[in-house]
Amino acid sequence: MNWQALMLTLRLSLVTASALLLIALPIACWIAYSPRRWKFLAQAATALPLVMPPTVLGFYVLVAFGSSSPLGRLYQDWTGHTLAFTFEGLVVGSILYSMPFAVQPLVTSFLAIDPKLIQASRVLGASRLATFFRVVLPLSISGLVTAIALTFAHTFGEFGVVLMVGGDIPGLTRTISIDVFDKVEAGNYAAANTTSLVLLAVSFVILALVYAWNRRAWPRMPWA
Amino acid sequence: MKPKGRTFQRMAPVALFIVLLAAIPGRAAGELTIAAAADLQFAMRALIQGFERQSGVQVRLVAGSSGNLATEIEHGAPFDLFFSADVQHPEQLVRDGAAEPGTLVRYALGRLVVYVPADSPLDFDRRGLAALENTAVRKIAIANPRFAPYGAAAAAALRHAGLYGKLQSRLVLGEDVSQATQFVVSGNAQAALTSLALMLAPGAKPPGRYWLVPPEDYPPLDQAAVIVKRSGQKQLARAFLAYLETAEARSIFRRYGFAPPEKTP
Repeated sequence: MNWQALMLTLRLSLVTASALLLIALPIACWIAYSPRRWKFLAQAATALPLVMPPTVLGFYVLVAFGSSSPLGRLYQDWTGHTLAFTFEGLVVGSILYSMPFAVQPLVTSFLAIDPKLIQASRVLGASRLATFFRVVLPLSISGLVTAIALTFAHTFGEFGVVLMVGGDIPGLTRTISIDVFDKVEAGNYAAANTTSLVLLAVSFVILALVYAWNRRAWPRMPWA
Repeated sequence: MKPKGRTFQRMAPVALFIVLLAAIPGRAAGELTIAAAADLQFAMRALIQGFERQSGVQVRLVAGSSGNLATEIEHGAPFDLFFSADVQHPEQLVRDGAAEPGTLVRYALGRLVVYVPADSPLDFDRRGLAALENTAVRKIAIANPRFAPYGAAAAAALRHAGLYGKLQSRLVLGEDVSQATQFVVSGNAQAALTSLALMLAPGAKPPGRYWLVPPEDYPPLDQAAVIVKRSGQKQLARAFLAYLETAEARSIFRRYGFAPPEKTP
């Protein structure tokens, strides 16, 4: 069992989920509440990774941040290395790849809030920011938890993007899915099986915990 | 009178079923599927063209790392012929009963090169592989030594030069030689140890230059092919292997940087 790969994957998922939450909150808020008519374009853009193969995303990260692109050169001057083959590179790829899994549940839960509550808050003199933090956010807890859980889980099981931009460096970019891939390719099925079983158990426990916690937000059904 | 629409409604599931049946890809009688190691992909395309012209048989090509393709064949991938970048994988398939015994042939000898972008300052002619120690080289791409034969050869060559320990932290692993090469083309790695064949592909030559690693620095990249046990096209597969012995096929191999196979003892 490659514990190093497991820990790396957990770290990647945690960093991605927290970063994505910070990025997705304002985006989702804007998509839900903006009066702009062309916001459907932003909505489509954030949903793109649902449709695009991870290889396409990985390819663009490689090319856009390679040393032959202006963006890549800028990044290279700043950090001294390219984005590919680094942990940060995986984080950037994962954030893009999991974007819809953070934005969509947030938008859905924001739109489910009774507009009268928001209007009441504003009429009573609360600022937009105060309304967001004291009315909108507390009423969207279940969407928030879903967004975090989905991005975490999606990153945990990510493979294509990592295969394209990771470079398979132990302890740095060799995530658990790549480790399983390597073992299968090398014909080491016993080791692949052990890792896969641990992965299966860890994923199930994480998801079960999230759903158990989220259960409190479920309404009691009239027929139950 | 029965309305016409009813008949259609009753027939609709049947029609749908027939349409779905038609969607199942059929296998034409004269069709061959070849799985080939990534270093072969361009040479194999030229060989396939020659073979198709000669025989009128349709050939499909699947390229990947030898280890990956061998794993797929073990699990019943619908390939007829397997061209590996080493001898071990085909031998293993024969031992496991996934390949036809007695069909294993060594078809070529591969060459390992160091590939760098055009503006690279490295002087391999003077310093050999040690030129990679240059700090301008932050990442060196090789194929994964655990399952890609060229990756194993690359690691062996670095060990032979006493560089492996020093350069290990700069190594990035591609799934096969194609990906290792592509890491340099896209500007993310500054050097790659890859296959000569990928440097010579007409029309697909990557920009930059390459240096031949001396063949005595790594175990020979003897490459073997074998017919897959569950192939339904063994006659055609044999015909393709026979085609490889022709002067035309030999010259294609040479043109793509493959030497004739070492004679098996």
